[in-house]
Formats: sequence, structure tokens, C-alpha cells
Amino acid sequence: MSTTTGPPRPAPEAGRRARRSTRFPWTDVVTTVAAFVLAFLVGAVLMIVSDTDVRSKFTYFFDRPSDALIASADKVGGAYGALLAGSVGGYGPLTETTAQAAPLICAGLGVALAFRAGLFNIGAQGQAIVGSIFAAYVGFSWHLPPVVHLLVAVFAGLVGGAIWGGLVGWLKAGAGAHEVIVTIMLNYVAAGLLDYLLTTTVFQRPGRTDPISPIVDWSATFPRLAGGQLHLGFLLAILAAVFVWWFLERSTTGFAIRAVGANPHAAATAGMSVARTTVITMAVAGALAGLAGVQAALGPSASGLPIPLTAGIVGSIGFDAITVALLGRSTPLGTVLAGLLFGALHAGGLAMQSVAQTPLTLTTALQALIVLFVAAPALVTRLVPFVRTRKAHASGPVPEGGLAS
Amino acid sequence: MPTDVTGPAAPPATGLALRGITKRFGSLVANSSVDLDIVPGQIHCLLGENGAGKSTLMNVLYGLLSPDEGQIFVDGSPVVIHNPKEAIADGIGMVHQHFMLVEVFTVAENLVLGREGGIGLSMRRARRTVRELAERYRFDVDPDAVVEDLPVGVQQRVEILKALANDARFLIFDEPTAVLTPQEIDELMDVMRALRDEGKAVVFITHKLREVREIADTITVIRRGAVVGTADPAESEARLAELMVGRAVNLVVDKQPARPSAEPRLRLQGLSVANAAGQVVVDQLDLDVHGGEIVCVAGVQGNGQSELADALLGTLPVTAGSITLDGQTLSGRTPKEIIDAGLGYVPEDRQHDGFVGSFTVAENLVLNSYDEAPFARGIRLDLARIRDNADDRVGEFDIRTQTIDTPVSSLSGGNQQKVVLARELSRPLAALVASQPTRGVDVGAIEFLHSRLVGERDRGTAVLIVSTELDEVAALADRVAVMYRGRIVGVVPPDTSREALGLMMAGVPADEALAATSPAHRTSAEPRTPGHVEGQR
Repeated sequence: MSTTTGPPRPAPEAGRRARRSTRFPWTDVVTTVAAFVLAFLVGAVLMIVSDTDVRSKFTYFFDRPSDALIASADKVGGAYGALLAGSVGGYGPLTETTAQAAPLICAGLGVALAFRAGLFNIGAQGQAIVGSIFAAYVGFSWHLPPVVHLLVAVFAGLVGGAIWGGLVGWLKAGAGAHEVIVTIMLNYVAAGLLDYLLTTTVFQRPGRTDPISPIVDWSATFPRLAGGQLHLGFLLAILAAVFVWWFLERSTTGFAIRAVGANPHAAATAGMSVARTTVITMAVAGALAGLAGVQAALGPSASGLPIPLTAGIVGSIGFDAITVALLGRSTPLGTVLAGLLFGALHAGGLAMQSVAQTPLTLTTALQALIVLFVAAPALVTRLVPFVRTRKAHASGPVPEGGLAS
Repeated sequence: MPTDVTGPAAPPATGLALRGITKRFGSLVANSSVDLDIVPGQIHCLLGENGAGKSTLMNVLYGLLSPDEGQIFVDGSPVVIHNPKEAIADGIGMVHQHFMLVEVFTVAENLVLGREGGIGLSMRRARRTVRELAERYRFDVDPDAVVEDLPVGVQQRVEILKALANDARFLIFDEPTAVLTPQEIDELMDVMRALRDEGKAVVFITHKLREVREIADTITVIRRGAVVGTADPAESEARLAELMVGRAVNLVVDKQPARPSAEPRLRLQGLSVANAAGQVVVDQLDLDVHGGEIVCVAGVQGNGQSELADALLGTLPVTAGSITLDGQTLSGRTPKEIIDAGLGYVPEDRQHDGFVGSFTVAENLVLNSYDEAPFARGIRLDLARIRDNADDRVGEFDIRTQTIDTPVSSLSGGNQQKVVLARELSRPLAALVASQPTRGVDVGAIEFLHSRLVGERDRGTAVLIVSTELDEVAALADRVAVMYRGRIVGVVPPDTSREALGLMMAGVPADEALAATSPAHRTSAEPRTPGHVEGQR
């Protein structure tokens, strides 16, 4: 409404000093939880169907249904029990979860940050690889004093990722190259670069013919707490999340990133440089993904020892990161939570495999199902009636231009 | 007749009737017990400010929203409309403000869309339908033209055709003129009259008084969700505005004569600008704006005004000539540098360029000063200062928002524009460039925005306003520069007749236009209502 007189409406003075009045997104939470439940239900069906023993009991289901049902319940209960025990069942499993989650969180933050600027960063994988190359190189070839060595190695990894990401921003801003294409291609380049470097005298371990580097110094390895897998990398991941929150919400650069992401035209009209913002965003996103590579290179092995640089060092962290960021709705807190969830699934999946003889691929399927259901909230609302009523109540249709007052 | 009819009168035997329609969104009552009769062969204007509930009411009618109370009748029998498909089946057609067309499809393909009915598509039949309907209503639409290549006015006609192809008897036009040029508006009016004469019921939603008076058979005024009365099209604009806003509205801008500075502040010399496609759209243009005066650039849309404004901000490169502000050269500099040099800028399309819709009011108010003192300390945003600033601006500009943390996209058009203007006017300016400053803004807010623009002028700023609305030009300008094909045809005083301005907008030089329209020879044969936009044809 404009300058009209008329019936009372909330006086501006009353609400003026109110702090951020954004309501807690209950609908999102309910939908996400419902997505989990659905994913685990479908996962249970997959387990039952894929297990020959259980399946055989279903052949005489109508004679003795109890056999089939008990076998199914045992199978599913055992597997999910192992999953739970392996991820959150005690100090050991919990720390394993954090160790698995830390690189996912870092790389996920790199994807999420870029997403806030309207950039789809598929290149976390490449940025993580380059980050691991830089960090590992400093780790095994510069023999610096303790503490300093670790700091320098971490910093090198950040720089490596920032270069790889910044390159994307520069190509997009300067030459109009689409970031999706460029990041995908640079993933291949980074993987190839790592393969090549591991055959050079600088990187290859003396006396070895296979692609493996010297082992990183103790002084450049993340120290870990006794009795578990929790190491300094997880703390860095949380710090990175706090930094990303501050950077986006409290810094001038973050303001520009959000503005460019939400409406590049208005941002340009207000005098912001879209090109500059793109380069900065991609460099910072690259540094965050690079930190994931640092985690992979400098994190201790399961037995707590320093590790060498190998071709598969970052695994598929960079790709899982995209899922983590999407699941976390591109917010720092969401990314941390999603990273922890995926870390738990990774950790629990290993336990599920060894304890319940359920193939590890099932955890992959579970991850995929969770993401599928989270990405399709409409599907969830259709399948779970409780969510539907909740949703309809919380966010009814808004008339065009009609709610403004 | 069902017993839940609360309306005062029984629904008519033919036509569409709403009785006691109430629609609530949480605690907000968007429509409160609305009664409305829509009769075939009439143009029914629904007049109300932005946010008054017109669109909500029509969305109820079109099945996009379900009413909390009330009943809809078609030809005297009650109907329940759950979705647009049922609305279409009941003969209701909607021409949306933002067209629902697939831009890369042809006109005929768009017509088939949603009515495929089986696998085989009969494009031939679709083409024939387009031709038949176009002929019947005297439209000029090529069935094989691709929609995105068509001008906005023609795209709108495709929307109308879509409704007609569904045998719509009741046609709802939701703010159809907001996106049109004055000429296209005239053409649309002719189309609406043709539809009425064919026996269709036309509902015309608008807040533009001139259009209402020109075309309406019946006027229903809606204010804050309720019908406040019906009005005669012969009522004066002031009376209609009063009904709509709920108080007397000053349609004439109060302003003292301009006291322009001796030296021009904003100078455009031999300015040429090419658009994104490389065509020269501003062609060696010269214009001076002195401090303390408002110069309005008038013209039919598409004569280079938009690009002129873009070039002033530096978002389009200047290909020749220069722009200077107080002697400083602006051409060739970045938007940031130009903004810092003291240029305020109100973009033509505020949704697109003026603000970030998902950002809060407070954030949008510092969109171009967020990185400077006092809002930033180094790289850190000073949120307290940003919020203080927002409190001040919201009060000063009477921005109607729930809180300063409300996203701007949920404000009404007028208040969105106030946010943009508040941001631009809250810093010391040497010049202000405002494109279509009141487009899509309701009457009450227009009055306010105009007074702020005049206030900025009185502070000694050089104000350049680009507008296609002659009413606005006449109300605001101290001098009118008419633009045609990238050049200024002439600079005339604001009291120049509409006819003369219209001729100039068609490229006739100022002296000829003034001579041709002197009271002795009127160009128009038939007598017109005094306020008619003669010159825009």
C-alpha cells in the first residue's frame, strides 16, 4: 500500500527495532526429516530385495508370513543398527564421523559460497586436488619447525585451491566462459596434473616406480586426539564454516557476493563490479575446496600416521561436496550439518559392511535417496500427508502484490 | 438458490457474479465480503491501488486461490472453481500482467499449448483459429511469428487470443497497460471495445484513472480488500482518486518556479550510444541540465531513452561525445565512479535493476554505499549503522513495511520505488537521473514521489527524468526535451499542448509542431475529452 490513511496496521515503530524476524524454517526441517525417513524405508526395501536368504523366505510368505517378516526385520535392523553404531555409537565411531565429515564440510562450503554468488562450482574436486598437491608438497619437501610447518602447509593448500578456483572466475569474468564447463574441465586437468607430478622426480618417492610421493612430515600432519579419529582438520572445517558465515553476512565483499547472486543487474546498477565479485568468489570458494584437499593430504591415516600423496588422495570429496552443499541449502550451518550426516553415513557404512555384511554400495544408495527426496520436496509432501497439511498451513499461496501492506 | 448467499442482490441470470467473497492470508484480510456482477457486453473496471486486493479477487475467480467464504455464480447457478482449468471451462479467461507464453514458440504453438488433447497436434487448425479470431477482432497477429520476436503489445494480444480460443466469455485483464507504450495502450483499448461489442464481458483491472475514464462502462472501486463503491466513468479524476485512496489526493504537483543555476551541471555533448546489438540508438545528442531544474525527456518508448539513461550511469559504453557533471567527465568511467561523482540513478525497471528482491529493506537502502563509511569499517559491515539508516529512511520516506528486515520483494510497487528513491536521495547529489519514476506505482505514492523529486530539484540538483507518461511530464518538468530516434527533436516548455508534444514525439520539429497545433488548426477532426492523450497516437 502506499500513502493511504485507513484501518490500523502494524505501526512501523513497533516492529522497527525488532531483530531479524525470519521465522525458523520448520517446514524445511519437517520436509528434510520426512525425506530421511522415506530414504531409509526405500533403503530397507532394497536390502530385503537384494538379500537372497530373506528373499527365499518370501516364497512361502502366505504359508508362514512370520518367517519372511522376521528375516526382513533382522536384516534391516541389523544393517541399520550397524550403521548407527558405526557412526554415532560411542567415542570411536563419533570421531570417525568427524574425520569423514571434515573434508566434506570444507569442499561443501566452497560449493555453497559460489552458489550464493549465482555460480555453480562443479570444480571442488579439481580445487581439492590442487590444494592437496600444494599442501603435500610443502608437507614432505620443506622441513620446517613444528607448528610453522603445519601452518605453511595449510596455507599452501589454500593458495593452491584459490588459484584453481580464481582461474575459473577470471575466465568467466574476462572471457565469458561458463563456469560449469570450465570447472568440469579443470577437474580433469587437476587429476591429470596430479598423475603427472607423481611421475616426476620432484614428487615421486625415491626408489619407487609407482605413482606415490614421500610421506608427509610429522610436523605437517594434523595432530589428533588420543583414542579416536578426531583431528585438527575438523576444527579447521568448523572455523571455515564460521568464516564463511561471517564473510557472507557481515563483510562488504559478502554483501556484494549475495547481491550479485540474487540480482546481478541491480548489483551492477548499484555500482558493484560483477566481474570482480565473480573472481573473488571463485578464489575464496577454491580456497575452501583446497582446504578439503589439505585435510586429505595432511590428515593422519586411520592408524594415526602421516600419509603420502597418491593419485586417489581426495577420493570423490569434490563431487560429494556438491550434494552436501545442496542438502545444506547453501548455508554454512546447513553445510556443516549435511557434511556431518554424510560423514556419518560414510563411517557407518564401513561398519555396516563389516558387521552386517551389507554392501557398501547401499550407503551410496541411501545418500542418493536422501538427496533425491530432499531435492524433490513436492514428492515428499505428496508421499507424507502430515507434511502436506503442515506446509499448506505454513506457507499458503501468496497473491501477487497482494500481501504487501 | 443456496442459502449461504450473503450478497444484497440475487445473482443475475446471465453473467458472472461474486457474492460475499472473503479471502484471508493469516491475519491479513485480502478480500472482505466482496460482491461483484460482471455482465456481458460491458467493460467493468476494477479500480484500486496496488495491494488493494484486486489481483487476489481475480485469482479467486480464476481458481488460483480458493476463497474462505462466499460463492461464485455463472449465469445464475453457483459454481466452485478449483483451478484455472475449471475457470476456463466456465468461460473465464485471464490476460496476465506477466504473460504466460512460451517465448520460443510461435503464436499458433502457444495457442495449442495446454490443449493438446491426444498425441497428434493439429497445427493447421491452430493457425486457422488464430487467423479467424484475429480477423474477427481486427488483431494483427501472424500465427507463425515466434513470440519472443514480437513487441510487448502484440504478445499481449496473443494472450488475449489464447483466452478467446478457449471460448472465454469473461475476459479478465490484470493491469494490462503497465507494460505498454501509450500507442499500444490505445490499441488495447480498441481491442477491448471490440470484445465488448462482440458481447464479451471485460474486466479491466487498473489503477490508472485516465484509462478508466476513457473506457469503462462500470467502475467498481476496491480499497483494502473491500468494495467501497461504484463510480460513474464521468466522475472527475480527482473524485476517482479520492475513492480509491480514501482521501483527497493532490493530482497537481505543488512546485515553485524553477531557479536554475547559471551554468549547466549535467552536460551531454554530441553523445552517441550503441545498444547491446551494436545499433546506434542515441545519435549525437546534446542536452544541458542546470542545477535546480527538472528536464523531462519525453518520447515514445524505444527511441533511445533507456540507453541514454544506461549511458549516464556507465552501464552502456559511450561511443562518441561526452557526458560531464560539474565539469568532470563521466563518460568512460565505471558505474561506481559515476555514482561516487554524485549521480543518483533511478532505473526504469526497478524489479530488474533497482533492488535485490530477496534483500531486506535495510540492505537495499545501502546497496550502493554498503562499502563506504559509515556503513563499512574496512571489510566489515557496520550493521548497527545500516539499521539506523534504514530506520531513518523508512520514517522519512514513509516506506510502508512491516520491519526493516522485510524482503523488498514483498513490498508493494510504490513502496519498492520509495526504497529506491530513498537510497538515491539519501546522499548528496549533483544530478539525479530517474527513468519512469512512477511506473506501476499507485496514485497516493505518485504524489509523494513527485514531491520528493521536486524537493531534490529545489536543493539545487540537476534532475533529468525520462518518462513516457505525458501526465507526469506535464506535472514535473520545467523543460521538456522530446526525444525521437536517438535525438532531441526540441526542448519546449511544460505547458506545450499534448498535440504538439505528440507531433514532436513522431519526429516533427518543435516550431512546426507548435504551428500546426495552434488553436486555429486542430489536427484532430472529432472532438475529444479534454484529458485525452491525443499526441501519443
